Amino acid sequence: MSTDNKPPMPASATGIGDRPKKRSILDRHKVLETNATLLLIFSFLVVTIGGLVQIVPLYYLENTIEKVEGMRPYSPLELAGRDIYIREGCYTCHSQMIRPMRDEVERYGHYSLAAESMYDHPFQWGSKRTGPDLARVGGRYSDEWHVDHLRDPQSVVPESVMPKYAFLENRMLEGEHIGDLMAANRVVGVPYTDEMIEVAQADFAVQADPESDHDALLERYPGAQVRNFDGQPGISEMDAMIAYLQMLGTLVDFSTFTPVPSR
Amino acid sequence: MSKKPELHQDDPETTGHEWDGIQEFNNPLPRWWLWTFYVTIFWAVAYSIAYPAWPMVHGATAGLLGWSTRANVAADIAAVDEANAAINTRLAETGLTEIADDPELQAYAVNAGQAVFNTWCVQCHQTGAKGAVGYPNLLDDAWLWGGDIEAIHTTISHGIRNTDDDDARYSEMPAFGRDELLSAEQIDQVANYVMSLSGEPQDAAKAEAGAEIFADNCAACHMEDGTGDRSQGAPNLADAIWLYGGDHDTIVQTVTNSRFGVMPAWQPRLSEAEIRAVATYVHQLGGGE
Ligand code: HEC
Ligand code: HEC
Ligand code: HEC
Repeated sequence: MSTDNKPPMPASATGIGDRPKKRSILDRHKVLETNATLLLIFSFLVVTIGGLVQIVPLYYLENTIEKVEGMRPYSPLELAGRDIYIREGCYTCHSQMIRPMRDEVERYGHYSLAAESMYDHPFQWGSKRTGPDLARVGGRYSDEWHVDHLRDPQSVVPESVMPKYAFLENRMLEGEHIGDLMAANRVVGVPYTDEMIEVAQADFAVQADPESDHDALLERYPGAQVRNFDGQPGISEMDAMIAYLQMLGTLVDFSTFTPVPSR
Repeated sequence: MSKKPELHQDDPETTGHEWDGIQEFNNPLPRWWLWTFYVTIFWAVAYSIAYPAWPMVHGATAGLLGWSTRANVAADIAAVDEANAAINTRLAETGLTEIADDPELQAYAVNAGQAVFNTWCVQCHQTGAKGAVGYPNLLDDAWLWGGDIEAIHTTISHGIRNTDDDDARYSEMPAFGRDELLSAEQIDQVANYVMSLSGEPQDAAKAEAGAEIFADNCAACHMEDGTGDRSQGAPNLADAIWLYGGDHDTIVQTVTNSRFGVMPAWQPRLSEAEIRAVATYVHQLGGGE
């Protein structure tokens, strides 16, 4: 492209002319650019500052998580259901985060509060809604509907693209590791007491058996629903999953909740 | 190989940097680009002052514009509520049976009711309320609990056989097989009798034997002639309309293990006006009494 006998560009067009020739601190970047170790240290510093500024305030800002009544750690059976929810990747199609917008509030109920996912490790907000939001699905359908729907979603919603999860019914659970899972959750901040962890396996069984004596369970986990969720003998993954789904969004008492607009 | 490339006359100046013999032309950013960049920096600073942004000791700065998602959604909801306030109050206060006499109110209720139905009810009662196994069709005039507007309103408000609402409609058919109230043979016979009620082909001998079993065990709820009892939600077995199914195997299944159809109560989730709207919608679908 270049031809040797083109006239030189005027200085104003190249921009060279307006560059200040002063040696400012900015001109010393050569020191960094020619020293790999220094460059690494300084890049790390920059990223650290960025990270700190974003993350640290969340730990002390009072408006991150507001105090609400009714929120409690998940019962052993609900926690097991939540584990299956994560294992099956339900979050790839379902969010659990009702955004503060009128259309969402009309369809799903009160917008989600940070406190409602306070005991979720990891949280299940999700970012993909192939199916509806599940943050307040608890109580919206009957247990029987959930059994029908998880077994074969198309039997109740013919146009559904949700896969079948009928196998959940046949996988029986004993809850022998549920105490360990609760202990692990305690390490990351869920306030399970020693007592809760000790009687975890018993609580696990009690919640799926309406004939049992479940007063102590309800004292530990107020508002827990005690039913034979799948209507079959024994505790299956289906029981745990439905116990979890029926609890979603039902814990917070909205009658005593006044939203603070600044949050 | 490592011949230094020749600089041409019309090449821009180099920056003077040189790495391993490679030199860098001084091609500064175009002015428009540079200025756009400066503007974005300015914008970011201004934005963070106008809107909530900077973390302080107790909370983040609120921003000069006082913008808040929560206040916005509350205002959006309030605006719609206010626009509909007059007609919703009228709907909630008009006698249930008088809604139909007021054409404007009726039209509003049917429209609003359809929206409610499509959000909260179709997953069970299906699109257009056509029903599915275990979830009744609401278009026909076969009603389990009653098809006049008041009965429909009660059913929707309190639900059926749920544990949340003390006024939920309740009844329970015994599990005749599971609880060993009847033998498998007797169940087979009574199933044949039930089939005879709606004129389905059946084994006449078994049906005859089943008639007595029916009178002794079933008539208390389903009535002598099998036409059902709405006060207990016991379905009419003589009308060839089935909730769970009228073939031999399904009836045996029903009588052996019983059924326990549950519907949530809608009172806690929907407003009185919404419940009345959806009751009006269901009532005018075709089967309303
Ligand atoms: C491929 C995407 C996909 C996956 C994976 C998926 N779902 Fe769904 N789900 C849907 C769609 C689409 C719907 C809406 C239609 C329907 O009700 O079936 C739905 C509906 C639902 C509903 C009813 C929600 C409502 O308010 O109507 C529940 C409950 C549900 N899913 C639970 C689950 C659970 C639990 C899992 C994991 C075991 C799961 N889903 C996995 C796509 C999915
Ligand atoms: C979880 C599933 C489910 C949902 C959601 C649901 N229903 Fe139902 N509904 C049922 C079942 C099951 C029955 C029948 C119960 C029985 O066997 O007696 C029923 C019965 C009824 C009846 C009584 C029918 C009769 O023949 O007497 C009416 C009316 C009704 N539903 C209206 C509604 C309306 C309106 C909504 C939405 C606001 C709704 N339902 C949502 C499951 C549901
Ligand atoms: C305590 C009252 C009661 C008694 C006694 C009773 N039923 Fe029922 N039956 C019901 C109710 C209530 C339902 C509806 C259950 C539901 O909707 O979930 C029902 C449903 C049925 C159905 C299903 C109808 C359909 O549309 O699919 C059949 C069949 C039936 N009963 C047969 C019998 C027979 C046969 C007997 C006697 C052996 C009997 N019932 C005794 C209350 C009773």
